[in-house]
Amino acid sequence: MKLTPLFVGAMTLALIGSASAQTLTIATVNNGDMIRMQGLSSAFTEETGIELNWVVLEENTLRQNVTTDIATNGGQYDIMTIGTYEAPIWAKQGWLKPLDGLAADAEYDVDDLLPAIRGGLSVDGKLYAAPFYGESSFIMYRTDLMEKAGLTMPEAPTWEFIGEAARAMTDRANDINGICLRGKAGWGENMAFLTAMSNSFGARWFDENWKPQFDSEQWKNTLDTYLSLMADAGPAGASSNGFNENLTLFQQGKCGMWIDATVAASFVTNPNDSTVADKVGFAQAPDNGLGKRGNWLWAWSLAIPASSQNAEAAEQFINWATSKDYLATVAEKEGWANVPPGTRTSLYENPDYQAAAPFAAMTLASINSADPNNPTVDPVPYVGVQFVAIPEFAGIGTNVGQLFSAALAGQMSAADALAQAQDATTRDMTRAGYIK
Amino acid sequence: MARRVSTSTKVGFTVLAWAVALLIFSPILWTVLTAFKTEAEAIAAQPTFFPQNFTLENFGAVQDRSDYFKHAINSIIVSFGSTILGLIIAIPAAWSMAFAPSKRTKDILMWMLSTKMMPAVGVLIPIYLIFRDLRLLDTVHGLTLIMTLINLPIIVWMLYTYFKEIPVDILEAARMDGAELWNEIVHVLVPMAVPGIASTLLLNVILAWNEAFWTITLTSGRAGTLTAFISSFSSPQGLFLAKLSAASLLAIAPILLLGWFSQKQLVRGLTFGAVK
Amino acid sequence: MQKTECHALALRQAQDEVYWNFLRREERMATKQTRALARTMMAPAVVVLFIWMIVPLVMTLWFSFQNYSLINPMMTGFAGWANYVYVIGDPSFTQSLINTLLLVGGVLVITIVGGTFLALLLDQPIWGQGILRILVISPFFVMPPVAALIWKNGFMHPGYGMLGHLWKFFGLQPVDWFNQYPLFSVIVIVAWQWLPFATLILLTALQSLSEEQREAAEMDGANAVNRFRYIILPHMARAITIVILIQTIFLLGIFAEIRVTTGGGPGYASTNIAFLVFRTGILSNDIGAGSAGGVVAVIIANIVAIFLMRAVGKNLDA
Repeated sequence: MKLTPLFVGAMTLALIGSASAQTLTIATVNNGDMIRMQGLSSAFTEETGIELNWVVLEENTLRQNVTTDIATNGGQYDIMTIGTYEAPIWAKQGWLKPLDGLAADAEYDVDDLLPAIRGGLSVDGKLYAAPFYGESSFIMYRTDLMEKAGLTMPEAPTWEFIGEAARAMTDRANDINGICLRGKAGWGENMAFLTAMSNSFGARWFDENWKPQFDSEQWKNTLDTYLSLMADAGPAGASSNGFNENLTLFQQGKCGMWIDATVAASFVTNPNDSTVADKVGFAQAPDNGLGKRGNWLWAWSLAIPASSQNAEAAEQFINWATSKDYLATVAEKEGWANVPPGTRTSLYENPDYQAAAPFAAMTLASINSADPNNPTVDPVPYVGVQFVAIPEFAGIGTNVGQLFSAALAGQMSAADALAQAQDATTRDMTRAGYIK
Repeated sequence: MARRVSTSTKVGFTVLAWAVALLIFSPILWTVLTAFKTEAEAIAAQPTFFPQNFTLENFGAVQDRSDYFKHAINSIIVSFGSTILGLIIAIPAAWSMAFAPSKRTKDILMWMLSTKMMPAVGVLIPIYLIFRDLRLLDTVHGLTLIMTLINLPIIVWMLYTYFKEIPVDILEAARMDGAELWNEIVHVLVPMAVPGIASTLLLNVILAWNEAFWTITLTSGRAGTLTAFISSFSSPQGLFLAKLSAASLLAIAPILLLGWFSQKQLVRGLTFGAVK
Repeated sequence: MQKTECHALALRQAQDEVYWNFLRREERMATKQTRALARTMMAPAVVVLFIWMIVPLVMTLWFSFQNYSLINPMMTGFAGWANYVYVIGDPSFTQSLINTLLLVGGVLVITIVGGTFLALLLDQPIWGQGILRILVISPFFVMPPVAALIWKNGFMHPGYGMLGHLWKFFGLQPVDWFNQYPLFSVIVIVAWQWLPFATLILLTALQSLSEEQREAAEMDGANAVNRFRYIILPHMARAITIVILIQTIFLLGIFAEIRVTTGGGPGYASTNIAFLVFRTGILSNDIGAGSAGGVVAVIIANIVAIFLMRAVGKNLDA
């Protein structure tokens, strides 16, 4: 009982504390570039006197927290880190404040943002989220292992070549897997990869009448190719591997190839973290000669919820964090190779960056080749390369991701996974009113 | 069981008991060791048992990213605050259930326990909306309140079973002496019940400390507890096992120490006083 | 002969207990005045808990009959039973029901059998009893997400987990636990967390068995198995009941461990009802369906509780 006064005292302190000077609460993902931003942000506080309150969470937890908050108008955050999936959907619902201040700021130079990325974050020409880093996907491969296998990676390989190379590079006795691909269930995990891959096989999520297409030949080919590739040349336990796990495997020298986000290029070539830093080559995501490659488009971006009481200061921070100056600051402290990529044209025209980042040209080419409005061979009613930009997709995509992950784990056959995916998606789309 | 045993039997049991105990403790031991390794060593193909290059850099890296002490203080306030608040509400209730039981006492007890049956994920939105309207989001007192409600049934249960053990004769004697009801509680009941109350406090502090759903969803920058602290180190990019171990060690250290130092009390507490 | 004697001893003891409790509580029945006071003192706890139960429950019931999606403002209006039909029609519903029961049952069996074994072991005269006890109860102090992360990354990871190294050391292929045995892996983690709880309760029950009772049994020449069966086990019945009741309440809602390790998969292999509610309600932002799922979960929990009370509740009356 003696603790009671202490407790009451602490509560009072907490109450007083919450009413102090201007403070921004920023929710962000625990990715390397964001952690670096957090580290550098003391400079912003010194400059402006605005205090920053960081909430750095693992991606899934972050998504859940910010979605709950913005949808209930909770007002816990002043700045949220969101992706190209959320930005247009939330903006259309009036949940985000348009970043007009950035567009008007000549120094910020909004026209310098890569058109593909900027387009994905705008609604009716208005920017609602500023890209912090952007990415497509491409192939990262081990030049030494490729050579050892007696093969040469073309700039733009086919799936057939990838299959051949992956099997040739696999050396399980020495713990080397020909290819590492995402297998962990989630719309932003295995489904991002598989949806992008399926585009290059000519598959699509829905036909023009929103009818799910998992019963199509194209999806069967996609999944069969993926499963046999992973069975022959993938790492053990692949169905638990997402981006982070595969990154670790690749850095440890356990993958011959890895098809994933372009942003990983600076991590795998960083000698501090990667044991294979000087043996990595890059190539465009594979295709099947159908005119579409299996690469996606994504940008982690900063946005201000409409409920924020500190919108002006928040925009000031976003301006700082996504500016050209910020890139220069990172370059000065960590080297050009480590600046957040994929947002500004000027970065890719910068000779220092081109020299420091051997992956720069390939990254830009990949970003520019992804077309969210025409993601696959046949026409589709939706926007989005590796996702379908409808509010229900997060749930549906994760559901299907679970089934495909089970197929990869050997818990069900590819045919069963596709059939169940078709049923589950039809059920959810009917419920959401897309299918009459 | 038998107290007169040969030395060889004692050796045998000792060896077996230590083997089993170390097996149970090994995940924690492994985490402690990993926390002092470098990231590369932590996931090396050739595992090492003791850190080869003993390092504290993981703790530094963790503290740089996330203010450990702020989260720890929040955890302490929320877990102790909610438990004390819960005790204040529960002591009178448990007293009356134990000393003036009615036919419905058992039903009420079961009903109280049943309030814990609604899965937290099922009521997230209602609670979130209430918290938003009462301006309790991301506040330490809001979190304290909800933790009080969550653990109240357990607190009542524990106290009830303790109080039932207190012989009624003593209370009767006090009453004969003309003690007022309040005096009866303060001077007779409380001193006798202190061990039970102490272990109730301990157990519920641990339960509140370990709660990891509401503490993460209802907080953002200010009121986050150590469970939110951990969430920031769960599967980030790049190598993370050593940093995660360091963060985990930091997050469980205070409660582990508290538990270790008070384990005798806890043994009593965990029995719910049910077993004499 | 021995059997009957042991049995009689246990029975007599139980009867004594009942008799004394009866004397204590019923004969000295409280006066009317104290009763009124008692109700007043109970009121805060009951009222607070009632509000805590009823407000979210009513809101959840209300939402469960509404079309309510967090991210789709077009979904509005009365839904009738559609949300319930949707949740119960979920392809994983039956499996999550089975998984929930397997999870609860599996953890209960492991913790009670393991806890009894540990309690018996720690009750022996051994060196370092204090330290041993501390080692054995420490998992209880580890918060669920940390426990899950420790097991997932430090222990069960096929690449760099401790178990993987161990398997390799013996020349075996490391097991990919979360994909090959997802539900079993979750059960192991949860059982590890709850084993100390069971052990401690059972240990204290064991230690409260009076020296005279043990010695009497020993003098009768009862062997270890019979002593365990006819003296120790009946004595621990109430402790076991409490372990079952309290753990079941917590185990029905296991969620953090699943989310951190398997995400309910692969497929639906480790999805339980709580996780299903999470997936429909929060992951898909479908509050209507999520609320219906919550209501269904409460109903299932109550059925389990009633069943349990029938099965073991009588042990509580002492």
